[in-house]
Amino acid sequence: MRKLSFLSFIFIFFLNHLYAEDSQFFGIAGYRVGPYAAGGTPFFTGYIDYLKLLNERDGGLNKVNITWEECEFEYNTAKGLECYERLKTRGKTGPTAIHPMSTGVTYGLMDKAPKDEIPLITLGYGRTDATDGRVFPWVFPLVTNYWSQASAIIEFINQKAKDGIQGKKIVLLYHDSAYGKEPQNVIEQEAKKLKFELVKVPVPHPGNEQQSQWLQIRKERPDWVILWGWGVMNATAIKTAQKVGFKRNKIVGNWWAGSEIDTEAAGGKVAKGYYAATLNLSGSDFKVVQDIKKYVYDKGKGGNEKYLGTVLWNRGVVAALVTVEGVKKAQSKYGNKVMTGAQVRWGLENLSLSKDDLKKLGFGDMVPPIKLSCENHEGAGLTRFQQWDGKQWTVASDWIGGDKKLVRNMIEKSAAQYAKEKNITPKCL
Amino acid sequence: MFYRENGQFKISYSKDQALLTISQDKFFIFALVAFSLLIVPFIASDYWLTAILIPFLVFTLAALGLNILTGYAGQLSLGTAAFMAVGAYAAYNFQIRVPNIPIIFSFIGGGLIAAAVGVLFGLPSLRIRGFYLAVATLAAQFFIPWLLIKVEWFSNYNPSGVITTPPVTFFGFIIDTPVSKYIFILVIVILLTILAKNLIRSKIGRSWMAVRDMDIAAEVIGIPIMKTKLIAFAVSSFYCGVAGAVYAFLYLGSVEPDGFNIDLSFRILFMIIIGGIGSVMGSYFGAAFITLLPILLENIIHFLAVALSITISSAVTSVLQLLIFGALIIFFLIVEPHGLARLWSILKEKLRLWPFPY
Repeated sequence: MRKLSFLSFIFIFFLNHLYAEDSQFFGIAGYRVGPYAAGGTPFFTGYIDYLKLLNERDGGLNKVNITWEECEFEYNTAKGLECYERLKTRGKTGPTAIHPMSTGVTYGLMDKAPKDEIPLITLGYGRTDATDGRVFPWVFPLVTNYWSQASAIIEFINQKAKDGIQGKKIVLLYHDSAYGKEPQNVIEQEAKKLKFELVKVPVPHPGNEQQSQWLQIRKERPDWVILWGWGVMNATAIKTAQKVGFKRNKIVGNWWAGSEIDTEAAGGKVAKGYYAATLNLSGSDFKVVQDIKKYVYDKGKGGNEKYLGTVLWNRGVVAALVTVEGVKKAQSKYGNKVMTGAQVRWGLENLSLSKDDLKKLGFGDMVPPIKLSCENHEGAGLTRFQQWDGKQWTVASDWIGGDKKLVRNMIEKSAAQYAKEKNITPKCL
Repeated sequence: MFYRENGQFKISYSKDQALLTISQDKFFIFALVAFSLLIVPFIASDYWLTAILIPFLVFTLAALGLNILTGYAGQLSLGTAAFMAVGAYAAYNFQIRVPNIPIIFSFIGGGLIAAAVGVLFGLPSLRIRGFYLAVATLAAQFFIPWLLIKVEWFSNYNPSGVITTPPVTFFGFIIDTPVSKYIFILVIVILLTILAKNLIRSKIGRSWMAVRDMDIAAEVIGIPIMKTKLIAFAVSSFYCGVAGAVYAFLYLGSVEPDGFNIDLSFRILFMIIIGGIGSVMGSYFGAAFITLLPILLENIIHFLAVALSITISSAVTSVLQLLIFGALIIFFLIVEPHGLARLWSILKEKLRLWPFPY
């Protein structure tokens, strides 16, 4: 008898799988455990909350039910790749598109994903030169990439600083890693062009001790500090700035240094005045957030209400939005059924979300309008700045584009070099 | 009963010196090699090959390298990942800077450069021992990734210090499918294992063990300490360098210096501790235990959750898996502090006496 019930369990297990076959499957490699859980948890909660909203409110994607599976990889590259291989085997058409949410996994999948025909969406991280879709047809550094952001930060300082950035002294306080090195080329070229002095100060990982760096900054007496940090380094930088008496409203963080986690860990009030870049606004007044509250959380199906409207949770929602809209775009060409990875790739490459579209979807001004093409897999290239008022983030600028020509040239040069190393002939798929 | 060497006489010196002297061992090892070379490629899915077997083989190679240094020569090292990084970056530079260089030479070149760096960081071992040496090798662990990011030449001026490996070709074959990668790595690992096994039985290996057991006594009987220790560092780093190159070229395809961090060094150290310090077989067991068990646990938990129709969030699964994994490590270390390799030899002993143990 016991054996029989066990067998029936197995039977139900397979039945479930059969039943689930006719749905758009979203494979999610995420992290809610480990050193970066504080950043991963709100992001993946938001991502899944938006998928739940679509099932609850719209009955899926043009009547195609949405299913998903999350695989925990703890921000560990080897585990992330294992997750990817596992998710690849699930669902009728594979994992739709993968958000690696980690530099290591992004680089690890760069070669694999095209062979498996799975699009990679790297929302605000990853390889910047993947913006050139002729060399990287399967990679989508959506909304805004690192170099556009770096250039936008310079433009923002130029706007904020009294009589411009020329002749000013700027310190780039960066995480001493591949991630921290990424923007330097752009900022150096901007320094030459706009004639400001750049001082680079590295912070070794993890960056929970920055006394010497900030003493050096005090000695240099810069006009502005750009904080290109990650994890615990951000809060430490803000706290130490207060200790050495550097004004917080002269510090501009990038978007991985601009969430509630960073400012609240610094002690909330201490961070007052601190600016940070973002590719999505925070706040819960947007219609989509209200809908998620109504259709998902009020029915008791939500992830965790405390994250609602925070920077990273909203970023997760945006990540789900662009993925889902890519699928919908593909459906408009291939019919309202389950889409394969290759079809989703086409959908993403031809994705266009105007201001009106975003308004209709309930996103309003949360993200800039996005329009992709084969040459441009970034879509917007716009960055917005927020300021911490001691309790929450407030909008401090309009969408800023930076020096697009400079960034584009650098992207094409870098992508061409990659193509040469890899023997790729750049072309549109 | 099953494992009995009675009646197997070694009638010549070459038979006496063979790697596998007992016919059961010979049969078992050859069957295993044949199985993994000829049958596994046909039955294993892409998931098994790319997510499980390839990393297992790569880590085996690295563990083997560390085991030579720590297990046989007795020099504790925490710089394994750094030496892997050297191998990966050196092999990459050979591939892109030397026109038409065969991949095998790049791997060997990467290993040799890693060996040179290993000797450099092994110099302190001439003066210091034990934990102090571990701290000295820790310097390599921090210095090398920093250097690889700092000097852009190493990554061919990539803005973030990341290298993406060019396609691997071997005598005209393009090695890009999981099966071809698996076979290629397997052959490398088998060849290097045979080399290691022979090195350990040779004069060098015996002097390593003499130095490990008591360096003063070794010096008294005429073993040159400096040469022995530095050779150990060189050979170990060569293995780690090749492992790093394979890791970059055939497993990840693209690596950043931060990927070779202290966590990776510790992982490899745990592999040899669990597998068995001073045992070639132990490197295999340890790598298998550390890479396969978490995946097995996760699949079991996932299966149970589905079978019992309860939803367990991925975070809980992950924590559960860490708990069980940690408990198992402690259990094994208490039950068998000499590692899984020792359990293996106990099993062999038991099989020999069964069914009449005395």
